[in-house]
Amino acid sequence: MLLEIHEPGETPLPHTGDDPGLAVGIDLGTTNSLVAISRDGRPEVLRDGRGRGLVPSVVAYLPGEAPIVGEVALRVMSDEPGHVIASVKRLMGRGVADVKTLGGLTADRLVGEAGAGMARIALGEQLLSPVEVSAEILRALKGRAELALGAGVTQAVITVPAYFDDAARSATRDAARLAGLEVLRLVNEPTAAALAYGLDQGAEGLYAIYDLGGGTFDISLLKLEKGVFQVLATGGDAALGGDDMDHVLAEAMLAERGGAIAQDEIKAALAAARRAKEALTEQPAVDVTLDLGGTISVHRVTAEYFDALAAPLVARTITACQAVLSDADCPPTDLAGVVLVGGSTRVPLVRRAVERFFGRAPLADIDPDEVVALGAALQAEALTRGSDTLLLDVVPLSLGLETMGGLVEKVIPRNTPIPVSRAQDFTTYKDGQTAMAIHVLQGERELVEQNRSLARFVLSDIPPLTAGAARIRVAFAVDADGLLTVSAREATTGHEAHVDVKPSYGLSEDDLTAMLDAAFRNARTDNLARLLAEARIDGRRLAEAISAAVAVDGDLLTEADRAALDAAGRRLDAALDGDDRDTIRDATEALEAASRPFAEARMDRNIREALAGQSVSRLASRL
Amino acid sequence: MTAITPVEAAAGTPTMCRDCGATLAEPALCGACGALQPLPSLDHFARLGLAAAYGIDPATLERAYFAQQRRFHPDRFAARGSRQKALALAHATAINAAYETLGEPLARARYLLERAGQPLPGDDGRTVGDPALLMEAMAWREALAEAATAADMAALAERLAAALDDVRDRLSRAFDGGDLAAATRETLRLAYLDKLGAELKRKRGGAS
Repeated sequence: MLLEIHEPGETPLPHTGDDPGLAVGIDLGTTNSLVAISRDGRPEVLRDGRGRGLVPSVVAYLPGEAPIVGEVALRVMSDEPGHVIASVKRLMGRGVADVKTLGGLTADRLVGEAGAGMARIALGEQLLSPVEVSAEILRALKGRAELALGAGVTQAVITVPAYFDDAARSATRDAARLAGLEVLRLVNEPTAAALAYGLDQGAEGLYAIYDLGGGTFDISLLKLEKGVFQVLATGGDAALGGDDMDHVLAEAMLAERGGAIAQDEIKAALAAARRAKEALTEQPAVDVTLDLGGTISVHRVTAEYFDALAAPLVARTITACQAVLSDADCPPTDLAGVVLVGGSTRVPLVRRAVERFFGRAPLADIDPDEVVALGAALQAEALTRGSDTLLLDVVPLSLGLETMGGLVEKVIPRNTPIPVSRAQDFTTYKDGQTAMAIHVLQGERELVEQNRSLARFVLSDIPPLTAGAARIRVAFAVDADGLLTVSAREATTGHEAHVDVKPSYGLSEDDLTAMLDAAFRNARTDNLARLLAEARIDGRRLAEAISAAVAVDGDLLTEADRAALDAAGRRLDAALDGDDRDTIRDATEALEAASRPFAEARMDRNIREALAGQSVSRLASRL
Repeated sequence: MTAITPVEAAAGTPTMCRDCGATLAEPALCGACGALQPLPSLDHFARLGLAAAYGIDPATLERAYFAQQRRFHPDRFAARGSRQKALALAHATAINAAYETLGEPLARARYLLERAGQPLPGDDGRTVGDPALLMEAMAWREALAEAATAADMAALAERLAAALDDVRDRLSRAFDGGDLAAATRETLRLAYLDKLGAELKRKRGGAS
C-alpha cells in the first residue's frame, strides 16, 4: 500500500518519537517455526546464514548447556532423544490424558494427574512446562530476528490455530511473556494466511483456508473485501496434523517388525516415518530402514499403502470442511477460492481430497510453510505503523457453564464475532447461601465431561438472601485475541462477588512469576553465546558419531581415509577448545567432508546386510 | 483466563475530550487528538449510524459495520496506552453486539419490540396466548415429522423459505406502521419458523 487516506480525526496512530523496537510476525508451529518482518507492506521471512527460514520446533536440553533450538536440536534428537523435546505445541494447554501414545508410550515422558493441569515433561532431573519449552523456541526466533535486523525486537504478532481453545491461547501468550516478547496480537493462522494472500493478490470474495500443519488442522471461511478480512466460520481439530500421518505409518512399520519398542526409540521411528512421508510427495515408493535397538528392518512403503493409512485422517479434515460450510450456509460453489496452508498440504492425497471436495484446484502460490509467518508480519506492521486492513475474527468453540445434571449451557456460541461480551444470571438455591461454584467450559457437546474445562470459580461473599433472591451476573468477555476474561457481581445489591480463578490447564500467575524470575536469573539470552553453544554441540556430536562408527566399521577405512579423518578430527578438537564459532563451524564442516567416503561405505554395508535377511535372523534371536 | 472488571460506561453525553479538552463533534471519538472517549450509551441502530427500522439491506448493514470497526477496533489502538486499548475493546464489543442483533432477522425484531417497551411474550415470562398461531406451528411440526424422503424435505425447505420471506415483509410493514400487535404476532411466527428451519437442516444433514 503506497498511500494511506484518512478522514479528519481518523488517524488513531500518530508516529511518536520513542520507537518501541521492531515488531515481527511469528508462526509458532508444531513442527517448524518462522519469524518474518514487514516493511512498507512487503513481508519477508528472516533466514539464517545458510538461507534457511524454517526453524524446527525442537529444543535440546543437554546437561550443562543452554537449551538449543532448531536444526541442531533436531540432529541431537537422533542420538539422544531423551534430552530433546519436539512437537511441544501439542501439549500447550493440554493434560496428560489428551496426549497420543505409540505402542502405549508417549514421545516424551509426561508427568501430571489425568484431568488436572497442563502436562509437564520430565527430562532427566528437570520437569518442564510446555510453556517454558515454547518460550525457548520464541527466544531463538527473537534472537534470529535481532541478528538479521541488527536491532532489538520486543513486540510480536504470534499466530495460533484458529481452533485453539482458551487454555492453549493463554499458554501461548504466557510463553511469549517468558521469552521477553510483548504480544501485539494473537492472530489465527488461517487469517494470517488470508492476509498474505489478500494483500498479495488483491483477492475479494469468499475464501476457504485449509490449513493442515504438523499437529493442528483448521478450516476457516473468510470474506475478503477492500482490506477487511472477516472470518465467517471456523472449525477444525486441534489434534490432527502431519504428525498423525507419521504416527500411523510408524505404527504400521512397527507392527511389521514385531517385538516391543523402547521409550527412546519412539522419536527415531516417528522421524523415519516422517522422512518417508516427505519422500512420497515426489516418488511412488520408498524403502524405510528402521535401525532400532540393534535390529535393522527395511520396509517398502508405496504411495498407495501410505494413502490407505492416511485416508481416515484426511477424511476427518473433509468432514470438518463440510461442517464449516454448513455453519455458514455456504455451498462450495459460492467460494472464490480455496487456499492451502501448512506443510502437510504437500501430501498429494490431501491435495486430491481438497480438490475433490471443493470442486476446484486449490491455490498454493505462496509457500505453504511461509504464508502464515508472512501474514503475521503484515499484521505486526499494521499494528505498529498503522494500516487500512482490518481482521475480524470469531470465537472458534462455544463457551458455556456447567448447569444442573452435568449439562452445559452455552453463553457464547461458536462463530460469534469477537470482541464479544455476554452475561448470564444465576441465583442461589438455598436460603442464606453465600457461595456458589461455577465451572466454565469450551466445546460443542452437551455433557460437561465431553467439553474442555477452562476454569472453576467460587463466587463467595454473596449476601445471604432467601433461595432464588440473589441475582449473580457472570459476564464473559472475549477480546480480539480470542482470550476469555470473566467477571461476576451480585446484581440486586450491587455487591461485587469475589472471583477465585483456578485455570484448569493454564499456568497460575504464581507459576508464571516463578518462571519469569528463573529466566531472569539464568539470563542466557545472549544470542552469540547461544550460537557458540550450538556450534560446539554440532561439532562434538559429529566427532562422537565418527569415533563410534570407526569403532564398529573401522575395517572399511583405507589408510589414506583414516589419516584424513584423524587430521580433521584433531583440527576440530582444537577448535572446540577455543571460543570462536566460525572456526568451530569450519572445522566441523571439514570433518564432515572428510568422513563422507566412510559414511557411504557404511551405508552400503548396512543395506547389504539388511537385504541379505540379517534383520530377520537378528530379530529372531532377540525374540 | 483472568478475572477483570469491565470498563466504566459514560454517564450522560460528554461534550469535552477527556484527553485534550477539545470540544467533541461526536461523543465516541475526539476529532482533535484521536482519543477514544468512554462508550456512549446508544441503541444498536445509532451505534452503527443506521435509521431505526426493521427493513435493513444486508449490504448496507455490513458497510456500516465495517466502517465502525475500522474506526474503533482495538487493532487501531494497539500503539496507544492501556486505557485507550480498553476503551477500544468496549467500543468494538458494542459494535459487534449491534451488528449481530441487527443482522439476524429474529434478533432484530425482538430488539425493536424491546426498544418499543413491548418485549416478546415468552422473553419476559408471559406465555404465548394466540391459539391460531399455535395451531399453525403444530401443522408445520407435523409436516416436518412426516417428511421422510430427501424430496419431501427439499419441498418443505422451499415452502419454509417462502413463508419466511412473507413473514419478513409483514414485519417490515408492521414496524413501519407502528402496529406493535401485528409485529409481535409476526415475530412469534418468525421464531417458530426459524426453529423449524434449524431442525429441518439437522434432519437433512443426518439423512445425506
